[in-house]
Amino acid sequence: MRAGELARSRRRQEATARAVAYVILVAGAVAIMVPFVWMVSTSLKDKDQLFTRELQWIPTLPVTVRVAEQEYNVYTSLSDGRYGLLVERLPAGKLRIAWLGKDRPPETLSRVPDDVEIVPEEQVAQYRRPGARWSNYREALTPPNFRFLLYLRNTLIITIAALVGQVLSCSLVAFGFARLRFPGRGPLFIMVLATMMLPAQVTMVPLFKLFVTVGWYDTFLPLTVPAFFATSGFFVFLLRQYFMGIPLEMDEAARIDGASSWQIYHRVVLPQARAAVATVAIFSFMAHWNDFLGPLIYLGSPELRTLSLALYAFQGEHSVDIQLLMAAATVVMLPLLVLFAVAQRYFIQGVVISGVKG
Amino acid sequence: MRRSSTLLRREALDGFLFISPWIIGFLLFTLGPMAYSLYASFCDWDMLHPPRWVGLTNYRQMFTDDFRFAKSLGVTLKYSAMALPLGVVTSLGIAILLNQKVKGLTFFRAIYYIPAILPGVAVAMLWKWIFNPESGVINLLLARLGINGPGWFTDPAWAVPALVIMSLWGAGAGMIIYLAGLQSVPTQLYEAAEIDGAGAWMKFRSVTLPMISPTIFFNVVMGIIGSFQVFTSAFVITGGAGSPAYSTLFYVLYLYQKAFNYFAMGYACALAWVLFLIILTLTLIVFWSGKHWVYYEAERKG
Repeated sequence: MRAGELARSRRRQEATARAVAYVILVAGAVAIMVPFVWMVSTSLKDKDQLFTRELQWIPTLPVTVRVAEQEYNVYTSLSDGRYGLLVERLPAGKLRIAWLGKDRPPETLSRVPDDVEIVPEEQVAQYRRPGARWSNYREALTPPNFRFLLYLRNTLIITIAALVGQVLSCSLVAFGFARLRFPGRGPLFIMVLATMMLPAQVTMVPLFKLFVTVGWYDTFLPLTVPAFFATSGFFVFLLRQYFMGIPLEMDEAARIDGASSWQIYHRVVLPQARAAVATVAIFSFMAHWNDFLGPLIYLGSPELRTLSLALYAFQGEHSVDIQLLMAAATVVMLPLLVLFAVAQRYFIQGVVISGVKG
Repeated sequence: MRRSSTLLRREALDGFLFISPWIIGFLLFTLGPMAYSLYASFCDWDMLHPPRWVGLTNYRQMFTDDFRFAKSLGVTLKYSAMALPLGVVTSLGIAILLNQKVKGLTFFRAIYYIPAILPGVAVAMLWKWIFNPESGVINLLLARLGINGPGWFTDPAWAVPALVIMSLWGAGAGMIIYLAGLQSVPTQLYEAAEIDGAGAWMKFRSVTLPMISPTIFFNVVMGIIGSFQVFTSAFVITGGAGSPAYSTLFYVLYLYQKAFNYFAMGYACALAWVLFLIILTLTLIVFWSGKHWVYYEAERKG
């Protein structure tokens, strides 16, 4: 094949591939979005709209008519489309309806119409119009339901304490492994890597016993203190890899100027490694913000619950109020979505470093 | 420049000082508890009384007289067998599509990755509602196609497939790793293959796959470890029960029940060690098999 022909056929091939890729990618993106849309849609519905047998994406609200300080729900007849006011709910699925006629009902009426009839529920439907029930969010987030601010505070305390501990301790340890020579460095670092293989369940029960014995049960301490001791082999590994990439001559030069190891750590190496530190910070934040098992085991009092733990408890208490559960779930997801929007680069970078160079 | 032995000693001392947080943490929060856990696994221990040595009783019971152990192992294996290959194919597939120099790469990448960063509890609650047999969006969509959807989390046969679908929603983390792997494949290799007359499939088969096999390898190893640690989703969806009919009694969920519902702490430790051995064995198998299908550039050069 001649070169020009080859290039042309390749361009054509690439264009087709791209078109196919687009179609599949868009379909995939829609599929990814469906759960989110369903969640937000549910969180804005009222209870009557939840357990329907037909697919309704758009939240609707029942239309009411005000007659002399009283709100009446509007129903429509399934047979002739007439509108009517629900006057009374009777036993055995019967409704007492005051018929208005086929025109759309006004917002207020001076009196209830006289054309009253008792009809079975199956012959009428609630008349609803698109509209969002924002009050679900207020209801879900109002004590005693879901004490969002309290749980947010608890989660922030744990997450930030653990983040500070992890960034501090892991970067110190990584600096030691990457920039300082000492006997046994190689084997010790292999131990760091080996801990990454160990399932947390192996140490779970003895750690629980330990923390109960020292009186740390039902405090944040079991969830934060270990973070100050470089317990994440992954973070140590990630930072060490990054530190190794910074030219060692910089350390030498600083040492000739009389700098101590500590000064080299925080004046030379750390400022060069901001991206890696940011990645570790974000991963640590995510891990602790989303942690469930830890708080489940160690936190007993309702006032100490984290967002995730509280969300689980909320589900147990309000299993039928799906609209409130979805409102709470949406609110719990939001901070991470915001964080992702702000720091997407570091998220992606972290995953890439962890996966490709590992 | 030669450095005096005092300087070297000073550096070694600094080295130990810098890694001292890890040494303390390792002894206190890893090695110590590990040793205790191993000891406790041979004991009858409810945490209220001191552990009582019972030898191999826990392990023997596990393998001879504990149908829930067998069940939880089965559930976990069934889940892994479905979620792992599907996860690799899905995330690799998306990564390949994204690698076709499409416009809006950052946008797609963000959309696909977002589910992977969200809190497990909120995600599990959401999917429990999505899979609601009567009013969940999946069955309502299926009904539009004239399909009578299954009971998902209420049906022992469909609970694990539902969790697998849920896990695919979060396949974005793997996708990013593969995408980075794909982007690092040198374009000359593709050009060379084209000159040899290779079509799209041949290029994928003989260039892409070998070049990203280390990445696939890494993801498979992480996937094995991950699928043996499924807990939050099953716990939240079933309220910690692993229902219906133990169909979502994942290994770690069973371990949690033994420890914190039945206070059979010794037994839970034994379960944890068996879990460790399973993960270790599977990982070693993957490492061993990796020799045959993982291509390392360094090997070629060396």
